Amino acid sequence: MIPSKIAAGPARSTLGTPRTHALAMGVMILFVILAPLFLYPVFVMKVLTFALFATAFNLLLGYVGLLSFGHAAYFGMGAYVTAWTVKNLGLTPELGILLGGAVGAALGLVFGWLAIRRQGLYFAMITLALAQMVYFFCVEAPFTGGEDGIQQVPRGRLFGLLPLHDDRVIYAVVAVIFIAGFLFLYRVVHSPFGQVVKAIRENEPRAISLGYRTDSYKLIAFVLSTFIAGIAGGAKSLVFGIATLTDVHWSMSGEVVLMTLLGGLGTVFGPALGALIVTAMENYLAPFGAWVTVTQGAIFVACVLAFRRGILGEIAARLKLDL
Amino acid sequence: MNVTRRTVLGGLALGGMGVASARPGRAQSRKVLRIGVLNDQSGPYRDVSGLNSVVCVKQAIADFGASAKGLEVEVLSADHQNKPDVGAAIARQWFDRDGVDMIIDVPTSSVALAVANVCREKNRAYINVGAGTTELTGRQCAATTIHWAYDTWMLAHSTGGATVKTGGDKWFFITADYVFGHDLERETSGFVTAAGGKVLGHVAYPFPGTTDFSSFLVQAQASGANVLGLANAGADTQNCIKQAHEFGLTSQARIAALLMFITDVHALGLETAQGLVLTESFYWDLNDKTRAFAARIKDKTPNNMPNMVQAGCYAGTLHYLKAVSALGLDTAKTNGAEVVARMKAMPTEDDAFGTCKIREDGRVLVPAYLFEVKKPAESKGPWDYYKLLITTPGDQAFRPLADGHCPLVKS
Amino acid sequence: MHAIFGIPAPLLFGQLLLGLINGGFYALLSLGLAVIFGMLNIINFAHGALFTTGAFAAWMLLNYLGLPYWYALFLSPLIIGLFGIVLERLLIRRLYGLDHLYGLLLTFGLALVIEGLFRNAYGSSGMPYQIPRALSGAVNLGFMFLPLYRGWVVIVALVVSLATWALIEKTRLGATLRAATENAALVQAFGINVPRLVTLTYAGGVALAAFAGVLAAPIYSVNPNMGSNLIITVFAVVVIGGMGSILGSIVSGFGLGVIEGLTKVFYPQASDTVVFVVMAIVLLTRPAGLFGKAA
Repeated sequence: MIPSKIAAGPARSTLGTPRTHALAMGVMILFVILAPLFLYPVFVMKVLTFALFATAFNLLLGYVGLLSFGHAAYFGMGAYVTAWTVKNLGLTPELGILLGGAVGAALGLVFGWLAIRRQGLYFAMITLALAQMVYFFCVEAPFTGGEDGIQQVPRGRLFGLLPLHDDRVIYAVVAVIFIAGFLFLYRVVHSPFGQVVKAIRENEPRAISLGYRTDSYKLIAFVLSTFIAGIAGGAKSLVFGIATLTDVHWSMSGEVVLMTLLGGLGTVFGPALGALIVTAMENYLAPFGAWVTVTQGAIFVACVLAFRRGILGEIAARLKLDL
Repeated sequence: MNVTRRTVLGGLALGGMGVASARPGRAQSRKVLRIGVLNDQSGPYRDVSGLNSVVCVKQAIADFGASAKGLEVEVLSADHQNKPDVGAAIARQWFDRDGVDMIIDVPTSSVALAVANVCREKNRAYINVGAGTTELTGRQCAATTIHWAYDTWMLAHSTGGATVKTGGDKWFFITADYVFGHDLERETSGFVTAAGGKVLGHVAYPFPGTTDFSSFLVQAQASGANVLGLANAGADTQNCIKQAHEFGLTSQARIAALLMFITDVHALGLETAQGLVLTESFYWDLNDKTRAFAARIKDKTPNNMPNMVQAGCYAGTLHYLKAVSALGLDTAKTNGAEVVARMKAMPTEDDAFGTCKIREDGRVLVPAYLFEVKKPAESKGPWDYYKLLITTPGDQAFRPLADGHCPLVKS
Repeated sequence: MHAIFGIPAPLLFGQLLLGLINGGFYALLSLGLAVIFGMLNIINFAHGALFTTGAFAAWMLLNYLGLPYWYALFLSPLIIGLFGIVLERLLIRRLYGLDHLYGLLLTFGLALVIEGLFRNAYGSSGMPYQIPRALSGAVNLGFMFLPLYRGWVVIVALVVSLATWALIEKTRLGATLRAATENAALVQAFGINVPRLVTLTYAGGVALAAFAGVLAAPIYSVNPNMGSNLIITVFAVVVIGGMGSILGSIVSGFGLGVIEGLTKVFYPQASDTVVFVVMAIVLLTRPAGLFGKAA
């Protein structure tokens, strides 16, 4: 389990919303609203979906203390399910995305139940292995289109009314999904449920002795995390009109770990910042071939050796804030 | 509180550095024609097209005399890594942000289809040379798509047909598990069974990423087939052939390399490749014009002679420039479909393929040449690899128009 | 051609042979992983990348220095072992005392760096490496066709695995190693330089991976993805065998290779996932692995 020292903020009551959070939230929402005016909208949408994915992942890693090394399975299955239902069943986009989230949650329920029996390292290994099974299933199953993926996914009309072809219109939708998802996760973390979960991370035997059914709490957190991951995947497949094996590959799992680690494990806004930086870095380095991979690896190494709290974590620790 | 504002803004600034490259704005210059060469530059198909295709595109621009005609042309290139999502994202970015007007090459059929879709959506010209799937001129044809050099039907008809005629009647397929492999296997099987042969079995392997084919070759051996049909290309084909020799499969079965290029023969060496029968629509030593073209290119690619894909990039670019020149730069930048319509209206004319017609469905009717790889003793030097066996003229080499179900074709 | 259970004999034995070859690689790699985990408590995610580096070293020795396969079998593990010493001293050493998961993340990052560098330099589809002439060709055994090189791989993998097991279980050095795993402070008190032992252990595990890489080079073509394709399956093998158990790695490695081979014959679509299914079952029933000690 990740020691709590990394994620601990200053000793103060967190049941109310500290001013820093409100301010950071405001800045983030402002960025989301203004970004498409001076950045390529498709790029920002990619950042938003990954930021949501990373924040959902952080619920498990930073707050419950469980490293799920196969989170791409939920993200990718969400992408595939949304793509397939929207393309072949004519589902409207919001239903498609919700269905993607639901499938992510269902998968999370099964896998989480299997994996939570073990702790720490074994937990990570099991999640990785289960995600590999999902990957190979996706390679074989006819509905995923194998190496070709599900292509030509229509963006459709939101609620049957609003056509989403225009990049700016779908951007607004994705922005709303991101903010809603983020607020939801924020609320989960800063709630009585969230308090119990943090207590479990700090000292599980004590939480058990206080009468909490810790396995149930861990499982619920797992399912919430995979639900949001599935939604993020579904949104991404609609934006790009395609769902492929890249979305379920273990390198995608590694990427979300990287984003969370870089941004700041136990912070609320860290993973989103990490997503922004990593996606931008990939975009910038893409013409240079495999330097993306090398840079990602180097960032991992640097973070683990010297920078364990991540960017926002370091900032928060130095300024004694709770981000 | 100053402190908190600063800390959050500080974090944003860090992201800002890398984000800078995502700014729109480079697309504004309207006086430059931009051609994007999108292909595999690091994976199994990197020698089939890769950077040599870019050289051929630039040669076409020079041969057309673009600068003398007052046309400024810029060439961009990128590696799609054989992934449809990467290819589609690059295409989208090229059109939205970088002012690219035409995309050419794109091997790997799964990527080819994804990019075709983006080009159709954005109404930009798309000349596919590297991919094989007949879907590009079939159900997924588009007013913006042109398909050059070859396709799976042509290969199945030429190589498959010839192998069956010379006694290869029991087939086992090793197939790359994506749309190209499946297309090629299906079409070849059709010709095999129509000629009275039998398909004894088949196995599909993950693409890309498979380098060891031993498990599949063992299955082929056990099936008792007398033809090993390789529904794959590039490094995969080379590995299959080498490993088939290793397992002694060649003593019981012939190898039908359904898609093979001169660059593969060069990599394998004549010792291993001799006797193989394959189909290409271009060979540098075919006639004086092809030799002249190859000589111009060889200066710039000293280790490589162009194959049909690289020659196709040359011919495609040349023909595109003729159409742009006739219609004007503004039309080219705003209406890809119109440029493609103009390309279909003129016959193609170049040193690599000669004179060819482009059909309504976007199919370029190049001739199909069935070659046999020479024995080492028969070859006079490097790249002197082929003996011409049969020539199929363009109008007979490809699938009949009606069978394609292309929505553009009025029935 | 006779048939067994309706399957033609060449197919069954052919796939079994291929399964044993895969099993040999699994065994060699999981041995190294098990030894490193037992001694250092680090999950060495970089193991796959070091396997790849071993294969590239063999290729480079041939193409840049003209040294053929037989030299590479000894030189490559030596070189990569030295590299392993450097890695351990510089990077891995700083992780002791931290949570296990940081070891996983650091070595994961290392793997990405190594593979990315190779991919940049050599592309992703592989460089051919010839089978050494002495081992090329095949033998027709009647019930199957046996390429000589592949038979050699199985034998060598088995011999080296057993030799490593013997080294650890039956020699004095091995006894010291095992003692240091259980109680490093006590062993240090006896005057044994434990940190040096740790470094050498890491180097040894890594050298085993490089050795496997040289064996694999003629079969898989030397390409940057060789390691990452294998490593996750190898993790499953280690978990099944028991995280610190040497014998467990060898038995599970070869055993799972055979199971995979048989699955390819009877139910090919599942051949990629069968290892993980077995792992899930083992984790639910015997959580410490088949040969591991309960935590």
